[in-house]
Amino acid sequence: MATMEIRSASKNYGTIRVLDDINLEIGDGEFIVLVGPSGCGKSTLLRMIAGLEEITGGEIRIDDKVMNALPPKARDIAMVFQSYALYPHMSVADNMSYSLRLRKTDKPTIAEKVRDASSKLGLDALLERKPKALSGGQRQRVAMGRAIVRQPKAFLFDEPLSNLDARLREQMRAEIRKLHRELGATSIYVTHDQVEAMTLADRIVAMHGGHIQQVGTPLELYDRPANLFVAGFIGSPGMNFLKGDIADRCLHLCDGRTIALPAEMPATMGEATLGIRPEHVVLSPAGETGLEATVELVEPTGHGIILHLTLAGSVFKVLTHDRRWLEPGASVSVSFPTDALHLFNAEGVRV
Amino acid sequence: MTATRLFGTLAHRAAILCFIAFALFPLYWLLKVSVTPNDLLYSEGVRMWPSRTTLDHFRFVLANSEFPRFFANSLIVSGSTALVSTVLAALMGYALSRFQFRGKLWLAALLLITQMFPLVMLVAPIFKILSPLGLTNSLTGLVIVYTAFNVPFASFLMQGFFDGIPSDLEQAAMIDGADRFTAFRHIILPLALPGVAATLGFVFTAAWSEMIFALMLISGSEKATFPVGLLTFVSKFSVDYGQMMAAGVLALIPACLFFLLIQRYLVQGMTAGAVKG
Repeated sequence: MATMEIRSASKNYGTIRVLDDINLEIGDGEFIVLVGPSGCGKSTLLRMIAGLEEITGGEIRIDDKVMNALPPKARDIAMVFQSYALYPHMSVADNMSYSLRLRKTDKPTIAEKVRDASSKLGLDALLERKPKALSGGQRQRVAMGRAIVRQPKAFLFDEPLSNLDARLREQMRAEIRKLHRELGATSIYVTHDQVEAMTLADRIVAMHGGHIQQVGTPLELYDRPANLFVAGFIGSPGMNFLKGDIADRCLHLCDGRTIALPAEMPATMGEATLGIRPEHVVLSPAGETGLEATVELVEPTGHGIILHLTLAGSVFKVLTHDRRWLEPGASVSVSFPTDALHLFNAEGVRV
Repeated sequence: MTATRLFGTLAHRAAILCFIAFALFPLYWLLKVSVTPNDLLYSEGVRMWPSRTTLDHFRFVLANSEFPRFFANSLIVSGSTALVSTVLAALMGYALSRFQFRGKLWLAALLLITQMFPLVMLVAPIFKILSPLGLTNSLTGLVIVYTAFNVPFASFLMQGFFDGIPSDLEQAAMIDGADRFTAFRHIILPLALPGVAATLGFVFTAAWSEMIFALMLISGSEKATFPVGLLTFVSKFSVDYGQMMAAGVLALIPACLFFLLIQRYLVQGMTAGAVKG
């Protein structure tokens, strides 16, 4: 177990800067999720922590010791790869014990630790198999087993669940969470899936374009997104954005209609974007209070219905549990509870 | 439907048979001449099999000629060359496959260019270099020259095999606590065994049948390799075809044994199951 500190770390590939001024402190036993779209630099950051990528600038410390120049083996961290990276010529047991054998651990200890890990992960019956004789989910478990046998200072996960089907992903997600609670080890988990991020993280680090956009608990990011990127990335279906000008405590949409703003928001500020989550929109029959919109598409998910509306010339999504307005082409009224509104200025920063 | 399929199968098999016959016929002729008694060689005309066979040529070659020594020399030279070249090529191929370094493109281009020169052009300069070092008329000299000529292509061969092994694997090993060289030995090399076998085979056969340098750098029969030794069956007035062919048949044996030994690695796809897919 360990604390970690990343101080103004940056990474260049040639002249291209992929990570810029990354600052992050990670507490002992914390589960941190780095989330962002592909190409945002989250995997690169993880690999810099692991020692697989050089650090162009700044510092990475584990337990207050600078790691920049140390090779991966000196950092005492374990990593689960997206591809699992199991050694194909070794049995499951040998895969899991490889790190212990490298450390010249004595045989009885190795056997005990492998047994412990395999029973934790339900791999007991598979110990003699080679990776090619395992299913995707089983390979995933072996990769986790390989990480936990040696009780490292920290666990790094590089999109470990992206190669699994949806059902298995859900199950493994819960298992990872449970495992973390049992072991209490500092973990850094990279994913592009915001649901994984929300469900697993103690704190989420949202990344975009090589910068950290926001750091906070899952609910902080959901309730108070710091900018348009985080607002749009966290939550599914994504937040709706309405562009307009603010004057007289109202947002003036491009089609001339207005939305009244609550008292705590600024009365005048010019160009702005108003955000509202699809699950917070209140639907009512056409003609009642609110803005009128046309239903374009109806997506039943079973658990609810996602309506695609056209409002002020753009798509506006509503998540409802009411099954009344199911016809495309119908008109409905939408209104917004004032406490569910998010306001962003012209630069996309939360107001 | 079944008729066309039957015809297709037959045509397919016939084509394969034709190819095999075409490829193996010279070897068959080698064998045939080696067991033909001398008095029948010219008297029977062109026949697929002589009316009487003999193993006299083999007996003579093994007991009364210098052929066993040529054979041993060849074995030493080819074996050492294959071993040294493959070790060097494995390291070189790994570097080409995994590392980015300055001048990599130039290095690769240079390696390719060496493959374009006709070897004959290099005989004189190489002789000039080796003779003051005392490496002419020596098996060591031959091993050095063969290694130098085979390493470039062998490196590209090995690079191809390393490229096929995901680099996640050695990174996982490095995180597990290995340094890069340990990861290479424990993880990458065992997975590259098919490549190692192919490279060994390629270099071994190249060295086994090399003639120009063996002829130019070796004088006298003490250090001669077998392709040079074959020439001793050609005298001023006649060619002893029977003995020559018998020696040829014997020379095929180690090459065949060698490939028999490595063929199981040549066909194995050992990386299956390492990563998704």
